Amino acid sequence: MLLEINPLVLPDIGLVFWNTVAFLILLIVLGKFAWKPILKSIRERETGIADAIASAEKVKAEMAGLVNENEALMVKAREERALMIKEAKEASDKMIATAKDKAKSEYDRIVAEAQHAILQQKNAALTDVKNQVGSLVIEVATKVLGRELANKADQENYIQQLAEAVKLN
Amino acid sequence: MGMAAKSIKSLLVVTFSLFILLFSNRIQASEHPQPEQANTEGHAKGDFNVTKTILEHIKDDHSWHLGGHLSLPLPVILYTEKGLEVFSSAHLVDEHHEPIVYSGNSNYKLVEGKIKIMGDDGSINTKASGKLLDISITKNVATLFLTVIILLLVFLKVAAAYKNTGTTNAPKGLQSFMEPIILFVRDGVAKPNIGHMYERYMPFLLSIFFLILINNFLGLVPFFPGGANVSGNIAFTMTLAVCVFVVVNLSANKNYWQHIFWMPGMHWTMKLFLAPIELIGVFTKPISLMIRLFANITAGHILVLSLICLIFIFKTVVASAIAVPFAVFIGLIELLVAFLQAYIFTMLSAMYIGMAIEEHHHETAHH
Repeated sequence: MLLEINPLVLPDIGLVFWNTVAFLILLIVLGKFAWKPILKSIRERETGIADAIASAEKVKAEMAGLVNENEALMVKAREERALMIKEAKEASDKMIATAKDKAKSEYDRIVAEAQHAILQQKNAALTDVKNQVGSLVIEVATKVLGRELANKADQENYIQQLAEAVKLN
Repeated sequence: MGMAAKSIKSLLVVTFSLFILLFSNRIQASEHPQPEQANTEGHAKGDFNVTKTILEHIKDDHSWHLGGHLSLPLPVILYTEKGLEVFSSAHLVDEHHEPIVYSGNSNYKLVEGKIKIMGDDGSINTKASGKLLDISITKNVATLFLTVIILLLVFLKVAAAYKNTGTTNAPKGLQSFMEPIILFVRDGVAKPNIGHMYERYMPFLLSIFFLILINNFLGLVPFFPGGANVSGNIAFTMTLAVCVFVVVNLSANKNYWQHIFWMPGMHWTMKLFLAPIELIGVFTKPISLMIRLFANITAGHILVLSLICLIFIFKTVVASAIAVPFAVFIGLIELLVAFLQAYIFTMLSAMYIGMAIEEHHHETAHH
C-alpha cells in the first residue's frame, strides 16, 4: 500500500535529514548574527526617528510659547509705556498747576501789598491833606477872623464856600 | 505613451487568459486518450513521453544535469547494515546516462531514480533495500546548501552594513533592498498575527520566509545554479511544516490546550464532541502548510514544463510560437506565486503561533 504512493508525495529521508540540518544552521547562525542585530538596528533607528520627531515637536511648541511670551512682553511694555506717559503727563500737569497756583498767590500777594501800599500812601496823603486842610482852615479862619465879621450874610456865604472847597478835597 | 503601453499590457493579459481558458478545456477533453497513446505507442516507437519527462524534471536526482551530455556528479552517502558508504554518483550511470550496477559493500543500482540494493541474480533485494538509508547529497540537497550559503552571505553582509552605517544613517545598497522585506515580515506578518510577543519569533519567521522565497525563485531558474525543485518537494515542505508544528506546540500556553481538550463555555457533551476535532486540527494545520507549498510550486513547474513539451509533442518548431509566450506568461505568474507562497507559509505559521500564545482576556474578565 505504502509503496504504491506516487514518489512525488513520498518524502525522501535524506532530504528531510539535510533539510533539517540546513534549516537549523540557518536559524541559529542568522538568528544570532543577522536577524537580531538587524532588527535591533532597525528598532533603534525607528525609536531614534520617533524621538527626533517628538523633540522637534517639543521645540516647535517651545518656540510658539516663546513667541507668545514675546507678545505678552510687548503688550506689557506697551502698557508700561502708556502708564509712564500718563504719569509724566500728570506730573507735568501737576507742576504746571502748582506753578500757576504759586504765580497766582504771588500775584495776589503783590497786588495785596500794592493795595496796602496804596492805602498807606493814600492814608498818608489824606493825613497830609487833613493836616494841610487844618492849616488851611487855620489860615482861612485867621483870614475870616481878620475880616472881623463885617457882614453876617457874606460871612455865612464865605463859610459855605470854604466848606464846599474842603469837601472837594 | 504610458496609456498605450498600459492598454497593450491589459490586452495581452486578457488574450492569454482567454487562451488558457480555451486551452484547458481542450486538454481536459483530450486528456483521457492521451496517456494510453503515450504508454502504448510512445514506448514502442521510442517516442516522446511527456509524463516521464516532466516528472524527471520535478523529481530529485543523484546527479545535476547541466545541459547536453554534461552532468555534475554528486556524492552518494549510504548507510546500510554493512556500514557507511560514500561514492560519486558518476559510478551509478554509464556514458549514455543509463543506470548501471555499482559494487561497493553491496551492489547498488538506480531504479526509477532511487538507489536500490541488487541481489546476485540481478533483481532488487527488497529486504536489504528497505533498510538502506540514503542521505546522499542530491540535486535538491546541493541546491539547499547553495541557498543556505547565499542567505548566510547576503544577511551577514546586511547585518554588517547595519553595524557600519549605524542607526543614524539611511540604509544603502543591499541593505536598503532587504530592509523593506524584513519590515514587511515584521509589520505585515509577525506583528498583526502574533501580537506583542512577536519579537521572539522573528528569527524563525524570517528564516522560513527567506529560505522558501529563495528556493522558490531558484526553482524558476531553468539552468545550472537553479533548476532544482526544492520548495516543490514534499520532503522540504514537510520539514518546514514539522518545524512550525514544533514551534507552535512548544510555545502553546495553557489556554490553547484548554481550548483544544476542554473547550470553555460549552456543554460537557459538546466539549467531548469538540476535543477530537480540535486535536485533529493541531495536526491538519502543519499538514495544510506542507501540501499548500508543495502543490503550488509543483503545479507551476508542471505547467511551464507542459507548455514547453508542446513543442516536442507537435514535433514542430512552430509550436514554440505559442508555447514560449505562454511559458513566459506562466513564468511571470510563477514569480508572483513564488513570493505569495513564501508569504502565505510565513503568515499562516505566524497565525498558528499567535493562536497558540493568545491570552483569552474575555475569560479573565469574568473572574
